[in-house]
Amino acid sequence: MSATPARPPSWTGRVREAAVDALPPEKLLPDTQPTYVASWIYVFGVASIASLVVIIASGCILALKGPAWWHYTGVGHFFNSIHLWAVELFFFVMVVHLWGKYWMAAWRGGRTRVWITGAVTFLVAIPCALTGYVSQQNFDAQWIATQAKDGLNSVGVGAFFNVTNFGQMYSYHVLLLPATVVALVVAHVLLVRRHGVVPPFALEDRAAASGAASTERDATLAIAEGPSAAADGPSS
Amino acid sequence: MSVMGAIINLNHPAHVVEWHFIQLSVANIVVIGLMIVVFVLAIVLPFPGAARRRGESS
Repeated sequence: MSATPARPPSWTGRVREAAVDALPPEKLLPDTQPTYVASWIYVFGVASIASLVVIIASGCILALKGPAWWHYTGVGHFFNSIHLWAVELFFFVMVVHLWGKYWMAAWRGGRTRVWITGAVTFLVAIPCALTGYVSQQNFDAQWIATQAKDGLNSVGVGAFFNVTNFGQMYSYHVLLLPATVVALVVAHVLLVRRHGVVPPFALEDRAAASGAASTERDATLAIAEGPSAAADGPSS
Repeated sequence: MSVMGAIINLNHPAHVVEWHFIQLSVANIVVIGLMIVVFVLAIVLPFPGAARRRGESS
């Protein structure tokens, strides 16, 4: 009898097997992380995600209640401000995250797609935020829209969309661009889980010198959070 | 906004710093400065429990 497992007959089974092979549960939700992750510079990725959660939640409330609510009621002003300042915080921590990952060359060790998804998320988040400024339904939005129109026309992209068209910009702002940002963030996080958090240069050099197959699998780097932590090792 | 307005007079156009073709509002310069400060502090400041974790794993 052959021990080779049979290939699942259905596409759903094949997708499931491919997904589990690419990202087994212990990699998807690891118990431990390498010790080098115990640094403030590694906090800004999850801070970006936390800000994004607040942005999405406050944005949903604003979309439910509408412009009259966010312009003319105290609670509406409050949620409008929460939405604005969560965006400010999102970009603040995302830029610090970007700087940290740039200076540690986070694309090392087969992490090119991790870097690319992060960089593209940043680029897509910019128009996502700017379409919010022109979706306010006030004179500020009109002023920004007309200034943006001239700027976009001057660089030759004004024929593809109209920043003075509220319906179009609002659709971009509440659906197309945030859905893209969230999808990219999900892909980014799953890729980080698959490849592991990039190690510092010194640890990578040490692993290469000792002939270790994978820096992240080095049990000496595991955080001893439980009796089996050293044996488990971090995700890679 | 009224609280901030009591501390800072916001009833005027933004202050802008110009240097050749570079034009930045003072507000944006302050934010960029804060990001640099936070970045440096994140590298320099010790993370709570980091030394203990390294000691346990070695």
